[in-house]
Amino acid sequence: MGKVIRFRLNGRPVSIYVENNELLLNVLREKLGVMSPKYGCGIGECGACTVLLDGEPVLSCLTLAVEVDGKDVVTAEGLARDSDLDVVQRAFIEEGAIQCGYCIPGFILVAKKLLEENPEPDEDFIREYIRGNLCRCTGYVNIVRAIKRAAEELKFHVGKNK
Amino acid sequence: MTERKFVKPLKPKVDVNKVNTRILPVEFEYFEPRTVKEVVELLSKYGSDAKILAGGTDLIVRMKQRFIEPKYIVNIKKVKELNFIEDRRDHLAIGAATKLREIENSGIVRKKFTALYEAVRSMAGVQIRNMATIGGNLCNASPAADTAPPLLVFEAKLKIVGLDGEKLVPISEFFLGPGKTVLKHNEVLAEIWIPYQPEGTESAFIKIARVAMDLAKVNVAVALRTEGGVVKSVRIALGAVAPTPIRAYKTEEFLTGKELSEAVLEKAAEIVKTEVKPITDIRSTAEYRREVSGVIVKDALLKAYERISGR
Repeated sequence: MGKVIRFRLNGRPVSIYVENNELLLNVLREKLGVMSPKYGCGIGECGACTVLLDGEPVLSCLTLAVEVDGKDVVTAEGLARDSDLDVVQRAFIEEGAIQCGYCIPGFILVAKKLLEENPEPDEDFIREYIRGNLCRCTGYVNIVRAIKRAAEELKFHVGKNK
Repeated sequence: MTERKFVKPLKPKVDVNKVNTRILPVEFEYFEPRTVKEVVELLSKYGSDAKILAGGTDLIVRMKQRFIEPKYIVNIKKVKELNFIEDRRDHLAIGAATKLREIENSGIVRKKFTALYEAVRSMAGVQIRNMATIGGNLCNASPAADTAPPLLVFEAKLKIVGLDGEKLVPISEFFLGPGKTVLKHNEVLAEIWIPYQPEGTESAFIKIARVAMDLAKVNVAVALRTEGGVVKSVRIALGAVAPTPIRAYKTEEFLTGKELSEAVLEKAAEIVKTEVKPITDIRSTAEYRREVSGVIVKDALLKAYERISGR
């Protein structure tokens, strides 16, 4: 038992049949081939399945797919323009913030929202904000540095991109 | 609906580490009502087979672990009447389906109900706070619910709507035990009314947890009003130290009319320890909880007092 839902996925309209008990994470990965959101803990502890739902970071492993009807979903795939990576993505690479990479799409989406809310975050603010994302490689130092770097680059590029 | 032929129902208290939380192994009918009336009608129709989906951060997890297997899911996220924060002169009203993140971002909550702001800020990560609701936190009736102690010290009232109409229940009467509230199957928690406190009242919330993301081992909220260092009015509430969140009435009584000296605070901490009835569980031991209750009540009183002095 389910229904056809329509939503925007990384800017593109999607229309797909989902069962009532299907989770957004599984629909993204298994039916739509969007692989950046990861299954980590399945119970809301790790943040690996984070997506932006109407611009807000939420956990796709605890979201029913039927609920996103009419909404806007963004995953890490939606950040890059063609081959041009997003500022946050580049900062993660440049700071060596990616080790195994499993948690990184979640971190990057949360970092996007963080920078939107506070373009000049200090370390405390960043650590507080990313506490819902776990990195089993424990690469937090570089992740925090990458977010700071992204903030600086965004500041530097203000006006330039617009 | 097809029967769950392939899924052998597990007894509750399964080893959650062995449960597949990748999928939701429960089939259900799904509703998205738009009004409280529709919600109540659905609940009345399906009784205990129906469950309200608010944020989903507890419900979906428990369904994945097959602690519960509802046949009907009533999603209240799209009910506008349950989704608001409104200044109503003598109280602030918050819709039960309002997300924690919205409460955290409300200037009026931060300024007038600081303990509630601090409690919400202390909860989980930003993703969970974007999903979880204040009503869900209360209705799950966890003894450790972080929004409960602040609402207890502000003496909030809960507006409950059922088929026969609505009623206001003081939050002190809402919780009956772990996972149990006065809500009947055909009733929904609609609004939380938080009375504005007398001028000069300050509040504080403190939580002890293993890591920032975890549930409380002990949490405490205080609301304090003093005049020249003497306690005019004080309310203290604690969570995770009894089957429900509790008020520390004896400690409050002891403190009223006294000057907040070190000796008085020490004595208050001792009384708190006699009022709590903690248990030992995976997060902490009863002894630790008892000891720490006294310490954080003292700390919270000082924190609130500093806010009074600092204004």
